[in-house]
Amino acid sequence: MKTSRLKNYGKINRDNDLSFTWDNKKYKGFKGDTLASALLANNIGVVGRSFKYHRPRGIFSSGVEESGALVTVGSKDRRDPNVRATTQELYDGLKASGQNAFPNVNFDLAGINNYLGRFFASGFYYKTFMGIPPFEWGKGTAIWMFFEKFIRKAAGMGSASTLPDPDSYEHAHDFCDVIVVGSGPSGIAAAIEAAEKKLDVILVEQDSLIGGDQLSEYEFDSSHIENQIKNLGIKVMTRTTAFGLYDNCVVGLLERVTDHLLLPDKTLPRQRFWTIRAKHIIVGAGAIERHIAFNNNDIPGVMTVNASKHYLNRYGVLTGKKIVITANNDSVYETAELLSEAGANVTVLDSRTNFEIETNKTFEIRRGYVPYNINGSKKIDSLDISKSKNISKSETINCDQVLLSGGWSPAVHLLSHRGVKPKWDYENACFLPSDTKENITMIGSSRGLWNKNDCIASGVAGATDALNRLGISKTNYFFPKPGGWKNPIKPLYEVKYNKSRSKSFVDYQHDVTSDDVRLAHREGFISVEHLKRYTTLGMANDQGKMGNIIGLSLMADLLNKEIPEVGTTVFRPPYTPVSIGALSGRNVGKHFRPLRVTPMHQWNIDHGAKMIEVGLYQRPWYYPKENETLSNSYIREATTVRKTVGICDVTSLGKIAIQGPDSSEFLNRIYSNGFSKLKVGKARYGIMLRDDGIVMDDGTSWRLAENEYFMTTSTGEAAKVMSWLEELLQTRWTNLNVNVTSVSEQWAGVSIAGPKSREVLNNCVIDSSVINNNNLPFMGVTSTFLKGKIPCRIARISFSGELAFEVYVKSDFSNTMMDLLWENAKKNDGCLYGLEALGALRVEKGHVTAAELDGRVTIDDAGLSKMASSKKSYIGSAMRKRGVLKNNDREILVGFFPANLKETFNAGTIVCEKHNIKGQGIGRITSVTYSPELGHWIGIGFVKGGLDRWKDTILVGADPVRNKQMNLKIVSPHMVDPKGERMHA
Amino acid sequence: MIRINCPYCGERDHSEFSYGGDATIKYPSLDSSEKEWTEAIFFRKNIKGFQLETWHHTNGCRMWLKIERSTVTHEIRSVKPCHPDLQKVVENNK
Repeated sequence: MKTSRLKNYGKINRDNDLSFTWDNKKYKGFKGDTLASALLANNIGVVGRSFKYHRPRGIFSSGVEESGALVTVGSKDRRDPNVRATTQELYDGLKASGQNAFPNVNFDLAGINNYLGRFFASGFYYKTFMGIPPFEWGKGTAIWMFFEKFIRKAAGMGSASTLPDPDSYEHAHDFCDVIVVGSGPSGIAAAIEAAEKKLDVILVEQDSLIGGDQLSEYEFDSSHIENQIKNLGIKVMTRTTAFGLYDNCVVGLLERVTDHLLLPDKTLPRQRFWTIRAKHIIVGAGAIERHIAFNNNDIPGVMTVNASKHYLNRYGVLTGKKIVITANNDSVYETAELLSEAGANVTVLDSRTNFEIETNKTFEIRRGYVPYNINGSKKIDSLDISKSKNISKSETINCDQVLLSGGWSPAVHLLSHRGVKPKWDYENACFLPSDTKENITMIGSSRGLWNKNDCIASGVAGATDALNRLGISKTNYFFPKPGGWKNPIKPLYEVKYNKSRSKSFVDYQHDVTSDDVRLAHREGFISVEHLKRYTTLGMANDQGKMGNIIGLSLMADLLNKEIPEVGTTVFRPPYTPVSIGALSGRNVGKHFRPLRVTPMHQWNIDHGAKMIEVGLYQRPWYYPKENETLSNSYIREATTVRKTVGICDVTSLGKIAIQGPDSSEFLNRIYSNGFSKLKVGKARYGIMLRDDGIVMDDGTSWRLAENEYFMTTSTGEAAKVMSWLEELLQTRWTNLNVNVTSVSEQWAGVSIAGPKSREVLNNCVIDSSVINNNNLPFMGVTSTFLKGKIPCRIARISFSGELAFEVYVKSDFSNTMMDLLWENAKKNDGCLYGLEALGALRVEKGHVTAAELDGRVTIDDAGLSKMASSKKSYIGSAMRKRGVLKNNDREILVGFFPANLKETFNAGTIVCEKHNIKGQGIGRITSVTYSPELGHWIGIGFVKGGLDRWKDTILVGADPVRNKQMNLKIVSPHMVDPKGERMHA
Repeated sequence: MIRINCPYCGERDHSEFSYGGDATIKYPSLDSSEKEWTEAIFFRKNIKGFQLETWHHTNGCRMWLKIERSTVTHEIRSVKPCHPDLQKVVENNK
């Protein structure tokens, strides 16, 4: 192939030359070039190697359907593999290289695969699962795992950068009345018509310029059309692909904001992922020219006919000197004229014999001829041709380029995303879009219209259709009939090669040949979906845009059926690849999910807290002194709490205000224990079950007044409990007069625990008598004031087992409260304690948290049978004793000591009987800690049958993940102060 | 994307809502038998076509909604508040 840049052609800016690198060599191009056109202008023919056979590949197209020129663009952390050179805009300093080749695409050692083709026939990958014939040696996964590494390395295309992505991506949203996809003649007409009727219109174009196929016209200039449509208020989005249609007229767009720049503006995202909510969608996505399968139809120099027209008139590149166009339809003749006018020697082979065409007679037309075989390897030397009747080589034509046109396939992809199956049109040999009830209208050549005037008329009709469906107008309209050529197309999908070992490619990118389709048929993979998966036809990143129809026709032929009977595979989003970065947008790193902090977050950090994530919350983990480690720190903190006093931020607990005359009845129904007799000024610990009798959550509810409660939930279940209460009140118990409000953000909470906690609090409240043992007994609640007249709620609640209080103030007062409490705690040798010490204290007491209440545990399993009232019915009461939940082999909450008190263990350890260490064992350890009180490691968890069954037996803790094993003693989960004397003090 | 026309907030993306469940279930009284509860909790029809379901406008007005939605096309035929009193308010405001 000899390509050259012509002087008087193209829409490139010749005053603005750009230099770029291809495989480490420098070349020049112009502003307005794509990488593909610049490579062609520099006479570079081989730009890639094929997927399996490593055959040299060139540029097949000028658009998104490209399946040969897949290259790697950029370097280091901006290295992007599998970029279609045909859509990559050229910029100054662009670095690109060929891929899937060693050392380079021009000379690739793996090219030997081409000669080993019969071992790489379709399905070979799956066959490796079954072992190596003839005896299926090495059957099973082991051999597959062995070969897989090599297969994966040999096949596959470029490799992505493993460095962190330096670019940012953005999610954006918009609304409109009508979105028009595609800015070809039909799309422009539709957008103008809709905008003139005062609709809010977005026009989307994947190219950098608007115009669609008109960009391949010599005189077309997109700039003045752009001005016209912008003046109408149409929002024009170029470099933007509508990659998917979704329910309710929602369209997904990918806008490539900086992919055409070397050094992007740091204030701009690289790509924007748009979600557009439209009222009507008009799709003028165009049509894609098909190739023809015949032997060696992939030699560099093969291209679709329309692509060469684009290269000529848009980029000023003449793609060959001696060009053979092979076709079965009228669409190629205009291009043939243009190419010969531009100086090429052109011959057209038309598979048809009887047709009339008017041309300028500057080229030869051979009627009734088809391509048979290309001679050459890295470039075309000559083309063997055959008569279309009785296929066999009849003569050889010297040429340097072969242009193919096997007909056109309307881009029905987007409609297919909505589950609308296209229908086969015999007359035009293509799938046409079917009608849909949704507000989607197909226009232009994506509804099978082949000439420009019809396309424009269909755009106006499409806009009118939108106006009618939106109830704005009631105007009659009609769409032009599909087609538009003077002579009918004659289906031509494959020209069979009479010799064996043919390489007639159906799907270029995945190296699927027509023989592969026949093999799939022989082996029984005849349904389209099986054919696709067996041969990988249509699974490359062009998603079968060029080859699918050929594959279908071959299968139809083998089955003696028509194409529509064989079916078509469903196109799914995305239409063209969408980067993972665009999908994740800004939701990366620390922004992956929301971060919640308590109002005393900064106070905690200022006082030395190391933080830990609990769900979405940042909570104090431990407060190390000087060089303390986590263990030193939490052991000191827990010890201090038991000895003097400690302060802990518990704001992350869920808090719900429950108000209304039926509040008591409501709580009595949702908690398993009785709440109807709870007096004003008292709190109660309660457990909620799910409908199916499993524990949902636990917490306390404080009766503040006759008709007002303050409920706390666990941190993790807060949102779920809130939704659940709302569901019950709005759907099931609609006659209950109760209002629930989440007040989690409104109140800041702290726990003050330890024998000196009352002393500390005495110095912090204005009237200390309200918190003495008489006025505030265990589980008592009071509303009073901290010094400085800060209103607060205090409850005498203990999670640590010590004398303890929970104090809540409005969030704005949290720092003042902390300063006050901390000042007085310090005077009593107190400490600040974090989650780790909190955990140690509660494990010593055998209190359950989310680690134990994991959605599989019943009240009885948790050893809290006393919490299940027998005097009333409540949510879950009917189900908590059902079938399997009654089984006396249930795993019951117990405490664990290491049999040798010097040993340690971890949460997640599996508990087994001594001589039966396997599988899931008979239980598990859920929480562990070093107990400062007992002086050794302890744990809680579950064992089948519970304490009663195992109290005298040594069990084994198996921890295969950490390669650890230890003997365990089973004890009561209440390991410290089992009678609870301290907290009642 | 499913778009749900919340009677209070207007038309919103489904990502603002959480799916509840079958809206036709009549939950038995709390003192009902295990058998009645089993049927209410575990037995569901696998409907092809329109079904009544509950949705919660979790990231909106927090209303529980009764929605008639096609399981085949996602078409939504009606959206009503679950609570009968709120239903009346919506009806009266039409």
